[in-house]
Order: sequence, then structure tokens, then C-alpha cells
Amino acid sequence: MKPYLEDYAVINPDSEREVAEILADDPEVIPLAGGTDLFVSLKNGVLPPSAFLNMKSCPDFEKEPELTDSELILEPLTTISDVRYDEDANRFRLLYEACKNLSVISIQNLATWAGNVANASPCANGAAALMAYDATLELAGVEGTREVKLTQFYRGYKELKMEKEEYIRRIKVPRPEPGWKEYYRDVGPREYQAISKTLLAGRIQLGRGEEVNDVRLVAGSVYPHTLKLRQTEDYLRGRELTEETIDAACEKLQEEIQPVDDVRSNRQYRRRVTENMLREFLQESRPL
Amino acid sequence: MKEPVKEQTVELTVNGDNYEINVHPLKRLLDVLREDLKLTGTKEGCGEGECGACTIHFDGEPALACMIPVCQADGAEITTIEGLSSDGRLSLVQEAFHQEGGTQCGICTPGMIMSATYYIDNPDSAENMREALAGNQCRCTGYKRIFDSVEEAFKNK
Repeated sequence: MKPYLEDYAVINPDSEREVAEILADDPEVIPLAGGTDLFVSLKNGVLPPSAFLNMKSCPDFEKEPELTDSELILEPLTTISDVRYDEDANRFRLLYEACKNLSVISIQNLATWAGNVANASPCANGAAALMAYDATLELAGVEGTREVKLTQFYRGYKELKMEKEEYIRRIKVPRPEPGWKEYYRDVGPREYQAISKTLLAGRIQLGRGEEVNDVRLVAGSVYPHTLKLRQTEDYLRGRELTEETIDAACEKLQEEIQPVDDVRSNRQYRRRVTENMLREFLQESRPL
Repeated sequence: MKEPVKEQTVELTVNGDNYEINVHPLKRLLDVLREDLKLTGTKEGCGEGECGACTIHFDGEPALACMIPVCQADGAEITTIEGLSSDGRLSLVQEAFHQEGGTQCGICTPGMIMSATYYIDNPDSAENMREALAGNQCRCTGYKRIFDSVEEAFKNK
């Protein structure tokens, strides 16, 4: 079904500066990157009359990811595929797993990382993997740029700690240190082209005494936004990964998540399977 | 500062031919192909990125024409199902679908063949054939004959 377009318009910026000026002039203008969420909204008639800022027309924005000595940098036009098939970027294993689990190849070639973060779906594959790596967002506007941790970026369902005059200029992913074990699992109704019922991204580093030195746990589809499991992480730090520790960590997880019933799953299933994934990850991480 | 526009000139290269058209910048590339360029081989199924009937090659990679606003296709190189055959001869994959009975009602077939063609040319792009075709849904064949067709095309590559 063709969307009705007359209520909508597009601005094609020529420079990064112009992007910032346009957003400052009219904060209701919506940045448009990969476009994969746009037509679903247009078709469903849920968008008020709007003007879109075509990020693809801006020559200052790159597509290819860049790996420096300290971090991986994703630009406003970096697509899921640009990371999946890049030999430097896809060594970030959780990003690679998120790529493969995000819809299908014909969408991965269009959808962007910045869009995945800004659209703020609670089940976003990309945001969960980025958060597990402690990614930082560089937000830009006419006043310049500022940085915010992705773990601090969401404050409610589709509510962002970003002003409407700002846009995501860069996503910076620190290079992971060696010695961390990583986990990514996305449970959907089928292997490909499926939106998550629940997902868990995790990283863990054990100390010499086999205690948990540090850990990152991020869950999707079980909270109004992508959720860093802070209480569960805090509980695990400094503890040996015994069965008792794992049981108690699972109890912490159950206290933190707030899954709902919806068209894709129900709260009981989400609670049970999210716990199963945490248990699987922690048990796999135990020293042999 | 630039103002919002509801019409813009877009340049496209489709199946090797150059076009310049004036359209609404959010018109779906799918509709531009079918209505403005009269290339009706690309089909619309769901219109929301789930069925793959509108799969084309967009700057060389499979993509869904129902998800691309034409303003983002300005300057792009596009191949549609009409661009696969040459001199009246079917492509390798088209011929395999014909020989193996990989098509029934035909709505999914152009998109299926575009995804299969890319996979056969770029086998490292997917974990396996099922992933390569996972974005293309068929409600007739049960997929076996489609998979047989792709395997046959691989053999004849």
C-alpha cells in the first residue's frame, strides 16, 4: 500500500554545519538515515505531518566504520552490513552477532547503527551489543558536540537523553581488552527475519582467583528500553561463579527486568528464557 | 538555509539506463520503478520490509525497494529483475528456477531471484542459502523447489 506523502517533506543538507543549523531552526525536523523504520510508520499512518532531514545527502558523513588504536567509530551512515562485512569491525564479536540477528541481509544493507540507537526500540539488536561494549555517543548540534554513554542514553520507552536540536554524529566503541568472554543470544520465533522475544548480550572477565573481576550484562525486550542489568552486574563483581552465585544472580535479574505481554511473547516466557540465557552464559564462563 | 521540498530531481541508473525524474522525495523507490519507469517486474507484497517481493540490487547489494525513499537513491546504480537477462537469454539463476520449477504464482519470484543471484555471486555474504533467502517469503512452493533451483544454479555456475 502506498503511503500518503503530501503531509511530508524532505530537506537535503549540503554540510554537517547545515544539518545542525536546520535542527536548531526547527527541532521538529526528523533526521532520516537508513529509512527502514520510516515506511512502516508512514504505512501505519502514525506519523504527524513532518519534515525529514536526509542524512544521506550530506557529504560530510561517512559510511565505512573506522578502527583506531583505541576504538571503533561508526558514522551516521554506517549500516549494519558495513560492520558485518568489515574485517576490522566484525572482530567485535557482539556487534557481529547483532548484525546477523538484525532482520535479514536486504534490511541490514539499509539500516544504520545510529538509527538503531535513536529509534530506541526495546528489542534493538545493535543497541544491546553497543551497550555491552560501553559505547559512547557523540551528539552534535549548533553549540558543538558532547558525549554521552549509551548506558545513560535511554530514560523511558522511546525517550532519549538527547535534545531535538541534536543528532548522533558518531558512535564510539572502545576496543575490548583481551581476556573477556562474550555472549550474545537473541530468541525469536524463527532464526532469521524475526524480532526478539528477548535477548541477552554479556561480557565477563574472571580474575586469577576465578572470581568475577568485571562483567557487562544487557537485556533487550524485557524493559521499556534496552536495559543494562546494573544490579545483577554489581552482585556478580568479586564473587566466584558457584551455582549459588549463579542462582542469586538470576534472582537479581528477575528483580531488574519488567517484561510485558505483547504480540510477540508474554511476560512469563520472557522471564524464564532471559534467566535461562543468563544461566547459560555464566555457566559457560566458569573455569573448567 | 535549505527549505523542505515536496518535489526534487533525482538521477538514477537502472539496468544500465540513466533516468532523471521529478518526484516527491519520499516516494518509494518501488513506486518509482513501477510507475515512473514502468518496470513492473519488481513486486509489492507487504510494503513494510517483511516479505522481500520488492528486492532489487541497490549499488550492488540486495535491498528492499519498499524501504528506500527515492531521495536516498539519488545517484544510485540499481538492478531489477528486468536487468538480469541479456540478449533475450535468461540469467543462470532465472534458467535454474525455470528448469527446477522454482516458481508458482510468481509474486515472490523476482525478489527471490535477486537475492539468489547476489548470494551465488557472493557466497560469503550469508551463512548459508537459507539465510541468503530468509528475507524472501513464498506462500506457494514450500521452498523446496526454490532451494533446488538455487543449488542447480550453483552447480552450473
